[in-house]
Amino acid sequence: MQLGDRDLGTRQVNNTTIVTLEINGETVRAPAGTSIMRAAAEAGIPIPKLCATDSLEAFGSCRMCLVQLDGKPGLVSSCTQPVQQDLRVVTQNDEIARLRRGVMELYISDHPLDCLTCAANGDCELQDVAGQVGLRDVRYADGSNHDNDRIDTSNPYFTYDPSKCIVCSRCVRACEEVQGTFALTIDGRGFASRVATGAEDFFASECVSCGACVQACPTATLMEKSVIDHGVPDRSIVTTCAYCGVGCSFKAEMKGDQVVRMMPWKDGKANHGHSCVKGRFAWGYANHQDRITEPMIRNGITDQWQIVSWDEAIQFAANRLTGIQKEHGQFSIGGITSSRCTNEEVWVVQKMIRAAFNNNNVDTCARVCHSPTGYGLKQTFGTSAGTQHFDSVTEADVIMIIGANPTDAHPVFASQIKRRVRDGAKLIVIDPRQIDLVRSAHIEASYHLPLLPGTNVPMMNAFAHVLINEGLLDENFVRERCDLESFNAWQEFATQEENSPAAVAKITGVPEEDIRLAAKLFAAAGNGAIYYGLGVTEHSQGSTMVMAMANLAMATGNIGRMGVGVNPLRGQNNVQGSCDMGSFPHELPGYRSVTDDAARGEFDRHWGVSLHNEPGLRIPNMLDDACAGTFKGLYIQGEDIAQSDPNTLHVEAALTNMECVIVQDLFLNETAKFAHVFLPGTSFLEKDGTFINAERRINRVRPVMKTQTGMAEWEVTQALANAMGYAMSYSTSAEIMDEIAQLTPSFTNVSFDFLDEHGSVQWPCNASAPEGTPIMHVDGFVRGKGLFILTDYQPTSETANRKFPLLLTTGRILSQYNVGAQTRRTENVRWLEEDTLEIHPADAEVRGIKNHDWVSIRSRIGEITLRADISERVAIGVVYTTFHHPMTGTNVVTTELSDWATDCPEYKVTAVEISPANHRSAWQEKFISRRDQQIDLLPVE
Amino acid sequence: MNNPATIIEPHRNQTGGTISALRALVLANGYIRDVDQKTVAELFNISQAEVRGIVSFYADLRTDPPANKIIQVCQAEACQASGCRSLTATLENRLNIAMGESTPDNEFALENVYCLGHCANGPAAMIAGAIYTNLSSADVDALMTGKPDTAPTEIVETNNRLIFNRCGRVDPLDFDAYRAEGGFPAAPISAESVLSEIRNSGLRGRGGAGFPAHVKWQTVADQLDNQKYIVCNADEGDSGTFADRLIMEGDPFLLIEGMAIAARAVGASKGFIYLRSEYPKAARILTEALQIAQREGALNESFDIALFIGAGAYICGEETSLLESLEGKRGIVRAKPPLPAIEGLFGKPTLVHNVITLCSVPWIINNGGEAYRRFGVGHSTGTMPFQLSGNVQRGGLIELPFGMPLGEFLDTYGRGTRSGRPIKAVQIGGPLGAYLSREHLDTPLTYEAMAAIGAGIGHGGIVVFDDTVDLIEQAKYAFAFCEHESCGKCTPCRIGSVRGRELMEDIQKNGCTKEKLILVKDLCEVMEKTSLCQMGGMTPIPVVSAIRHFPDDFGLEQ
Repeated sequence: MQLGDRDLGTRQVNNTTIVTLEINGETVRAPAGTSIMRAAAEAGIPIPKLCATDSLEAFGSCRMCLVQLDGKPGLVSSCTQPVQQDLRVVTQNDEIARLRRGVMELYISDHPLDCLTCAANGDCELQDVAGQVGLRDVRYADGSNHDNDRIDTSNPYFTYDPSKCIVCSRCVRACEEVQGTFALTIDGRGFASRVATGAEDFFASECVSCGACVQACPTATLMEKSVIDHGVPDRSIVTTCAYCGVGCSFKAEMKGDQVVRMMPWKDGKANHGHSCVKGRFAWGYANHQDRITEPMIRNGITDQWQIVSWDEAIQFAANRLTGIQKEHGQFSIGGITSSRCTNEEVWVVQKMIRAAFNNNNVDTCARVCHSPTGYGLKQTFGTSAGTQHFDSVTEADVIMIIGANPTDAHPVFASQIKRRVRDGAKLIVIDPRQIDLVRSAHIEASYHLPLLPGTNVPMMNAFAHVLINEGLLDENFVRERCDLESFNAWQEFATQEENSPAAVAKITGVPEEDIRLAAKLFAAAGNGAIYYGLGVTEHSQGSTMVMAMANLAMATGNIGRMGVGVNPLRGQNNVQGSCDMGSFPHELPGYRSVTDDAARGEFDRHWGVSLHNEPGLRIPNMLDDACAGTFKGLYIQGEDIAQSDPNTLHVEAALTNMECVIVQDLFLNETAKFAHVFLPGTSFLEKDGTFINAERRINRVRPVMKTQTGMAEWEVTQALANAMGYAMSYSTSAEIMDEIAQLTPSFTNVSFDFLDEHGSVQWPCNASAPEGTPIMHVDGFVRGKGLFILTDYQPTSETANRKFPLLLTTGRILSQYNVGAQTRRTENVRWLEEDTLEIHPADAEVRGIKNHDWVSIRSRIGEITLRADISERVAIGVVYTTFHHPMTGTNVVTTELSDWATDCPEYKVTAVEISPANHRSAWQEKFISRRDQQIDLLPVE
Repeated sequence: MNNPATIIEPHRNQTGGTISALRALVLANGYIRDVDQKTVAELFNISQAEVRGIVSFYADLRTDPPANKIIQVCQAEACQASGCRSLTATLENRLNIAMGESTPDNEFALENVYCLGHCANGPAAMIAGAIYTNLSSADVDALMTGKPDTAPTEIVETNNRLIFNRCGRVDPLDFDAYRAEGGFPAAPISAESVLSEIRNSGLRGRGGAGFPAHVKWQTVADQLDNQKYIVCNADEGDSGTFADRLIMEGDPFLLIEGMAIAARAVGASKGFIYLRSEYPKAARILTEALQIAQREGALNESFDIALFIGAGAYICGEETSLLESLEGKRGIVRAKPPLPAIEGLFGKPTLVHNVITLCSVPWIINNGGEAYRRFGVGHSTGTMPFQLSGNVQRGGLIELPFGMPLGEFLDTYGRGTRSGRPIKAVQIGGPLGAYLSREHLDTPLTYEAMAAIGAGIGHGGIVVFDDTVDLIEQAKYAFAFCEHESCGKCTPCRIGSVRGRELMEDIQKNGCTKEKLILVKDLCEVMEKTSLCQMGGMTPIPVVSAIRHFPDDFGLEQ
């Protein structure tokens, strides 16, 4: 049933001093600093309230919660009054009751009396409190009111109706304290006070549509349009968002099997009751008309798709795959697991590939994003994952963000960063662009180092140089916790002249003094925390950079407690899980090498097979071999390599050359245009399993509706494995997790029951850590001693030159998610209808480019056309775009270069030239004709 | 139009700089444009929404192009008592517009303002920072063509002027003269001794609350924090009060020294004077006095004072609203706890005091707390600068020890009404003060005696009304003033003030009934007991006193 969570009025206070007081004659105990309101609520004595809510600081404006203290005259608001030893509180007597009715009478004298037809009927705190205080009569007749105030419907997801506003300011405070955007204010003063944005309406304003204000609003003033349309929900199920690596917990609030709204769950350990526009509102794609729910097959990719039964589709696929293997060999087929499907679904796919395909040709989308994290942190610390939880940021003193844009890509976590910075932590941003975190309302980075794309490693080397020369090494930590031989080698390397700030300034384009001061700020911090993203990993030296940051963290002793750490901001909702589930050609689940006989033996025994003992193909290898004609069949679960992988023309050529491309997805995506089998997938609202977020936190995904396709995705994969001769017989997802727990040392104690009881858990969760592991490497590194690794700078071969003098880097924005498969099928398109190219005014001017002009972007690989957006957020010489719309074809221009250790593509550095254009590029023309052709090939209704 | 960035730039690092920058933009361009708001947001790194919130809160921060000549006519009680209503009506007729409007050719506009501090010479008006006093309907043409005529406010030469003895006698900006009379001694006494003398003196806050000063000082002194502040509340918004204005214009070094002594006693390193924008002359004199004090070393790195000018909001005289405003935000009242003495400006321990309170300090320190205690009666120790205005022959500032009966005070200093008609009502303590009738004339002017009859000394303003006053109109005005100045945060004040005004209008139009009075009484109880601050909390006082002391005006049978 779930639905409404208890609201205790004011924030929880953690204090070891406990105070004893008396409320209405009852003895109550509470931590010192707790408000009387909260202490009473926790003791089962609710006090009427309107402006108080426990996600926000107490405000004291509604005057409903007044109580009497120690028999003295004069009442005080219990939300703003802390408990005191031996205080005697009375929360209810005749005078208080009369006054509460009097205040409520004033509220209602300025409120429309249409409760019965109001969208909040049944879910309105004003209604509740009017009932609680026993209001019977409003004697103020026909006075001034706000009934005729205009309703603002500009935001696609919620409305603002000022006529119902009680000026509790909860929305303003939520936007300030929780989200940190400060998009709301009160306009005017006195009776004229109304909530307002800084623009003419919500859509035009600074509002980022996170929904915190709607959630905080106690009346129908700010209300989801879905609730206005469908009414108040009647039950809820706790599940996990399917967008980014923050992994927010939500209550899916339902009527029947229809989702009415997604409400952030207060007990979610990653998000603590907050959300962003995507998870909160952009879930309608699950019911979009583009959704395909029936299996389809076709002989060739220019043939018409045929709708068939599941059995027929599975058999068709199995026959083709086994046929290919007979003709081209054991290694001619493989698969890609999804970073967005559940762990259970991913596990079954990699198991099918190893046990039924009989090879190790399995890879995942982490290849193209955080594979260097896996490699780099494993080498230095021994674990392929981040070291902290999100709450750790609350104790950071200096926060260093490198190659990440949290306000756009991990918005809920960005709000936590901003709150910490407003509380006094310092911020360093290392990024070619002036991201929002550099300077936005009430936040300013102490240093923004706008380095040239591709120069991350020398920047870290300069930091090392500075910290050693300034005597800021944490020698105790290094001596106790790290491998001294590697440290000595590293120290000698770091102090070389080529790593000095002066030398590095020339390479990076950042002033020497800024480098020095930023390095000192970080190194001298009590708690220094590093957060990084794809701007670190998607480079030819991605792994090197990860190791450089790990070196820095060890040298400054910033590991193993709150407020520090090396924190990868993992992009996808389950990319961490997908990696943990062994979706790698060289590693079995739990990051053990396929060549490790003991590990492989365990799987052999359990699965009743003899697994191949050599590493298989990575995605780039699969594509290369496909072009060469030796790789012919591919099972792709929930990923769109034709849009998201680099060098699109190469990907298209590879796919075209294959004989059996199987796509398991929700929509006909770019890759499906090259497919022979389409296996319809399920949205997160239909899945029953788990996701793992950037904190290593395993969260439950619970189904709120039955599958639209008739089969769970793992059931489909299981059927294919069976059809190819390997017997699998899971009957529930829980069983799959039980097997995962048996075979993965970090997951031993995990099960659905465990998760239902604990809410969520961060792995490792096993005998040595039965309740999970919030912070890693507390006493020692997983590998024993932390290893320093030398990080020589090898510049990428992709440098700006006369022909391609600018450097293109790519990224994401708040309202769209990655390839946009989900978000483009929601109202979020209103915020970004097309990808644009950000270019500095100086670069635009010499090329004769004006704002909004069409421009052509050309690299040595390919060419596309888009509109220009002239901005000083990029430095001179750097241009930037997003990749949310398939027709943009951003990856037509990105290159084949990649990280030396993991093949993670170097999306972030492409040498390009920009010039005015008046037509689409050749690829884009071809895209349009192919798109139209493939739409024609869909089954006729 | 000038570039907003150049106008805003000098204020970027000032405390409360957002408001100062916005005021500067109004001064430069006449009003605030969208581009100005966006530039303020950008340069101060706050959101556009926040800027909009600030601009919309303060009356001075206008967003429409102003008329060429804006005539601001004071509508507060003292000027009401001396005839501002008929002056306003004449102006409205003459210009053919209503109060609050502009003429079609944008040549003239009429705006209301609440208290210019020239209450003893009302009715008063302000045009472009110049004050005009003793106005009558006959002066309307002169007002429109603008002949400045500010009559000085008399400071009566009573004995025992512990605060005002130098005013009128010295050049306010002569620092050497100030020092020669004992100011800024080279070897000041210790902080502990200062605290002790203040405690002995029994000094109570002169702003209106009358809270024992030494309690606040000790609380701030006891806080362990490297940064503490002292803030002087010079937002003298009460109608009928002008003592702060006179002392700031007449003896600014007294205030500066008082602040310096208090700062040393509590450990504050930085002081602020929050001055209302309706006192332009005081602003000029204080600015110069601060510069002189800095030059002479009386203000230095260990203690310095900055002047902040408000932007037209009475509520900013409430100490927590003042602190919000001084931080550059909307003047919203804060809940207490925490007390400003513990968590005040920017969350730091802050001593907030009225001008007169601080100006009382140097005498106490020079002569001892015991000596101060010998003036006055009971717990009302020391002297109070009473401010007499309204319908009196002779208004002005009269500094006296507490204790003189009200009637004697009026006879001695007011010398009867200006109109010659009998006194009907006396409002004491500002717009939130009680209306007393002839029955109360023998009440001594002390905190205790006034409290006993449901009234208060407040900031010492006494406004006299003759028998043409209509107490329903005055009660309505009490609600209307609250409506105008409410910060809007709490419901009893935000909505209650409007309902009260509407009730009074109904009574005026349709007569008074028992039910209506019960509703008024209930509303007054709600506002008194549940309002967040004294704006809403004390608005019932004039209303209830009007009904209780003048039942005939309400058409009630006794």
